[in-house]
Amino acid sequence: MTASVSIRSVSQRYGTALALNDVSLDIAAGEFVVLLGPSGCGKTTLLNLIGGFAEPTSGQILIGGRDMAGVAPKDRPTTTVFQDYALFPHMSLRDNVGFGLRMRGVPRADRAKKADAMLALVGLEGRGDRRPHELSGGQRQRVALARALAVEPDVLLLDEPLGALDLKLRRQMQDELKAIQRRVGTTFVHVTHDQEEAMAIADRIVVMNHGRIEDHGPPREVYLHPKTLFTAGFMGEVNRIPVSGGNAPFGPVPVADGILCIRPEAISPTGALRLGPCTVQDAAFFGSYVRAHVSPLTAPDLRLVVHLPQSQLVEEGRVLDLGAETHVVLSE
Amino acid sequence: MRLLSWAYLAAAYVFVFLPVAVLVVFSFQDGRLPVPPFRGVTFEWYAKVLSDGKLMTALGNSLLVAVVSSTVALILGFLAAHALARVRLPGSALMRGVLIAPLTVSYLIIALGLLNLFTQTGVRLSLWTAGIGHVVINLPLCFAITYAAMGDHQRNAERAARDLGAPEWKVLLLISAPMLAAPLAAAFFLSVTFSWDEFIIAFLLTRFDVTLPVEIWSMLRSGLSPATNAVGSLVFLVSVTLVILLELLVFRRTK
Repeated sequence: MTASVSIRSVSQRYGTALALNDVSLDIAAGEFVVLLGPSGCGKTTLLNLIGGFAEPTSGQILIGGRDMAGVAPKDRPTTTVFQDYALFPHMSLRDNVGFGLRMRGVPRADRAKKADAMLALVGLEGRGDRRPHELSGGQRQRVALARALAVEPDVLLLDEPLGALDLKLRRQMQDELKAIQRRVGTTFVHVTHDQEEAMAIADRIVVMNHGRIEDHGPPREVYLHPKTLFTAGFMGEVNRIPVSGGNAPFGPVPVADGILCIRPEAISPTGALRLGPCTVQDAAFFGSYVRAHVSPLTAPDLRLVVHLPQSQLVEEGRVLDLGAETHVVLSE
Repeated sequence: MRLLSWAYLAAAYVFVFLPVAVLVVFSFQDGRLPVPPFRGVTFEWYAKVLSDGKLMTALGNSLLVAVVSSTVALILGFLAAHALARVRLPGSALMRGVLIAPLTVSYLIIALGLLNLFTQTGVRLSLWTAGIGHVVINLPLCFAITYAAMGDHQRNAERAARDLGAPEWKVLLLISAPMLAAPLAAAFFLSVTFSWDEFIIAFLLTRFDVTLPVEIWSMLRSGLSPATNAVGSLVFLVSVTLVILLELLVFRRTK
C-alpha cells in the first residue's frame, strides 16, 4: 500500500518561533523522500505534522488526496519509526511487531504469522520470542521498522532512525532500508541531518533550513547543481569564490557575477574552467584521495581545497596547473 | 574502630527491634501476664486468638479494607500521575501539590475531617468509610511513587502505541501500566501495609464492624494478656510478609 503526500502552504508556530514558514511539497506515491537539514530547521516538525502528532498553525496536509486536518495519529494511514525505537519492553518481538494488527482486531494466530514474516523481512527470522532488551541497537531499529511496516501503512515516517547507530552499522542499514522500501513500495519520508545518508537512500532530497525548503531534487542534482549557497555548503565541502564584473581574484572567468562554487573533487589538471597555476600550501593523504590547500599564483590570498587522485604527486611548494570540471554560480 | 561501628549497628537494630522481639517472645508466655520472668513456651494463646470469632472477623475486615482501598488508591493515583506527567495544564504544579498534601497532614486531622463530613452528610460509619479514609492517606503515596517513575521512555512508547492505532484506554492498559509494573506493585504493597495496621482513622470511622487494630485496642482496655501479644505478633507477621513479597517480586526483578 502506498499513497501520495501533499503539503500545502504549511506554517507551524511555537509561541513566537516560526518552526515552519509556508512550506509546500508534493511527495509521489512510492517515493523515498529524505528531509535533510541542520537541527532546528523544521524537518522533524514537518514529519510530526504528517504523522498527526501536531496540527499545523495554518495550511493543509493531504495523504492520498484526503485532508488530514483533525485526524488523530491512530486514524492516519501513516506509521512512524522513532529515533529511540520506542519498543515495548514488556512484550516479545512478535507482540511488538503484531501490536498494530492487534489494535486493528486481527486474530492472534494471523498476527503472529504476519509478525514472523515481518521479522524475517528485516533479517530477524525466528527471534519472535526474544525481548527488546536482548537485542543490539541495530536489531532494535529493525524491529521498530518491522513493527511500523506490519500494519501496511500508506506512508512510513522515519525520524532519524539511524541516528543512534555507529557509522558502519548506519551505512549497512541504509542499504537495507532502501532495499526494503523497493520491496514494499510504501512511500518513505525519512528525516536526517547526515547528507551522506540522504544521498545513499533518497529518490529525492528536500533540503530544509530555518523552517523553509531551500532546495529539492535527486541527490545528484542537489549535490552538483544546488540552488542556494546553503544547500551547496550543507551537501558537502565547497570553495566559494566571489566574481564581479567577469573577474575572479585569480583573473577573468567566463561566468556570471555572483559566488562561484566549486567542489574540491571537481578541481583537476584537466578542468575546463581554468584557475591557472596554483601553489600547494599543504597536502594530506586521505586514502582514496589526496586533500590539499592550494593558492593561485595570481591570487596568493585565496585558499582553495582540492581533492586530487592518489596518483598525483602533491607536495608542499609544488605548482600545479588546475581547472574546475563542474561549477555553479549562486547569488549571495 | 571497626568493632565500634559493628557495635553501633547492633545497638541500632536492638533499639528498633527489641520491643517487637519482646512482644513476640511473650506471646508464647505460659502464664497469665506477658511480663518477665518468662515461664515457658505455650501455643495456648495463639489457639485462643485463632478461635476467637470476633478477632478473626476483624482480621478479615482489615484485609478487605486494605486490599480494596489500596486498589482504589492505586488506580486513582496512577491516572492522576499519568495525566499530570503527560499533559501540560495551567496550574499543574499546584495540582501536584494539592494531591501530595495529605501526606503532610496527621491521620488524626484527616479522620476528624472525614468524621465531620460523614456525620453532616448522614453517611453511616462502616468499613466503607474507613476504606475511604485509607484511600485519602494512600492516594498521595501511590501518586508520588508512580509520578516519580514516569519518564520519556514511557512517553515515547505510548506515542508509538497511539501511532499504531491504540485508543487511549488501551495505551494505559497495555503500555503505560505494564511498563510501570514495578513501581505500581511497590505502591500497592506499601498501601496495603499502611492500611493494614492503621488505627486512628479506622477507630474514628468505623462503628459495628471494625478492623483488627481497633479490635486489639478494645482487647487492651481489659488489661494486658499474652493473647494481645499473640495478635500483635500475627499482625507483625503479615506486615513482614508483605515487605518480603515486595522485595522479592518487585525490587529483585528490576535489578
